[in-house]
Amino acid sequence: MSDINPLVILMASIFTNNMILSNFLGMCSFIAVSNEIKTSIGLGQAVTFVLGATSIINYIIYKYLLVPYNLEYLRYIVFIITIAAFVQLVEMVVERYAPTLYYSLGIFLPLITVNCAILGVSLFMIIRSYSLIQSFFFGIGSGLGWTLAIVAMAGIKQKIKNSPIPKGLQGPGITLIITGLMALAFIGFSGIVKI
Amino acid sequence: MTKEIGKIFYIGMLKDNPVYRQILGICSALAVTNLMINSLFMSLGLIFVASFSSLTVSMIRQHIPRHIRMMVQTLIISAYVIIVDIILRAYFPSMSIALGPYVGLIITNCIIMGRCESFAQNNKPLASFFDGMAAGLGYMTVLLTVAFFREFLGFGTIFGIAVVGDWWTNWIFMIMPPGAFFMLGILIWVANSFIPTKEQDKEIEIKPIDINKASQETVVPGGAN
Repeated sequence: MSDINPLVILMASIFTNNMILSNFLGMCSFIAVSNEIKTSIGLGQAVTFVLGATSIINYIIYKYLLVPYNLEYLRYIVFIITIAAFVQLVEMVVERYAPTLYYSLGIFLPLITVNCAILGVSLFMIIRSYSLIQSFFFGIGSGLGWTLAIVAMAGIKQKIKNSPIPKGLQGPGITLIITGLMALAFIGFSGIVKI
Repeated sequence: MTKEIGKIFYIGMLKDNPVYRQILGICSALAVTNLMINSLFMSLGLIFVASFSSLTVSMIRQHIPRHIRMMVQTLIISAYVIIVDIILRAYFPSMSIALGPYVGLIITNCIIMGRCESFAQNNKPLASFFDGMAAGLGYMTVLLTVAFFREFLGFGTIFGIAVVGDWWTNWIFMIMPPGAFFMLGILIWVANSFIPTKEQDKEIEIKPIDINKASQETVVPGGAN
């Protein structure tokens, strides 16, 4: 078990090991939903919440259900079921209490299930053998880092809306180039903390 | 039948390539492309999972209730990913470590789910099998292209074999995350400029792709050029 301070993990997963900019996870919704700042913040909150919760649930299931019975190889199926069930729950809660957010997120709320960032966090915490509290901070930090990146991207996209971009580069192409520039900027954080 | 399969491959690999046309599955396309050997193994794994899960979904499509089909598809995909993971760990342990969590993340690779949902759901098993394989091969083409440039510029090697002399200065930048983003961005640019989109050339279209086209537009707004 690694003995890194959970707060260090939190900082690292927001800045130096950002889910999008250094691990390339959760790109699909990052590229597709980052058109409006408000929607991005909403989706970011949902992702952070789901990440924080599923990292704990998956950790407990893995540690106390799969490991004792030597069923580690089943972790992919078990993790994805947990995530799918949890997203379903979040969807019902959001629909009930925040209908406007529910309609603005549309198809992307259920798609959180197949957001690789969520499954990625669960797999990373197993590979890096984090403890429960470390996993929780890792999950929350990754969610916040993802939110930071997608909101920044939405802001940049609004600025370049009327810019003369070459035709072939419009849409996803320019988004990837901008993400590359953002990743370059985030490399500047890399000296701060390490996990 | 042969002609139809040829069209499936042409559309899946070039015209409607999952990576640069539909912007699907780019997480792993960015992450494992620092070395060509990683990309090769990742693509082979994905081709296996994509073709066999399309086949399975297509075979049992009449028996799955519509509202839980996503769940069933995810479970089918996970089962094949577990097979890939076990094979990698048994026969290629170093590759398993190099790919890390990205093997497991094949489950959430939108390419596979996309093909199951848009093609296998409405087509015969054999055609679905080849369609999944075509999408996987399209993914492989892009991954190997990106990996070729990243490994060549970053390490001066191809498949780990040095191809340039001592005078070469490695572009460390290409190995780091920003290099991946730039490389894929440039590739999309080149592809969009030189490979005609479906709108520009109608003749090649075959029937099942119509359904697929409609679903793409809802899943990835602004994705298909």
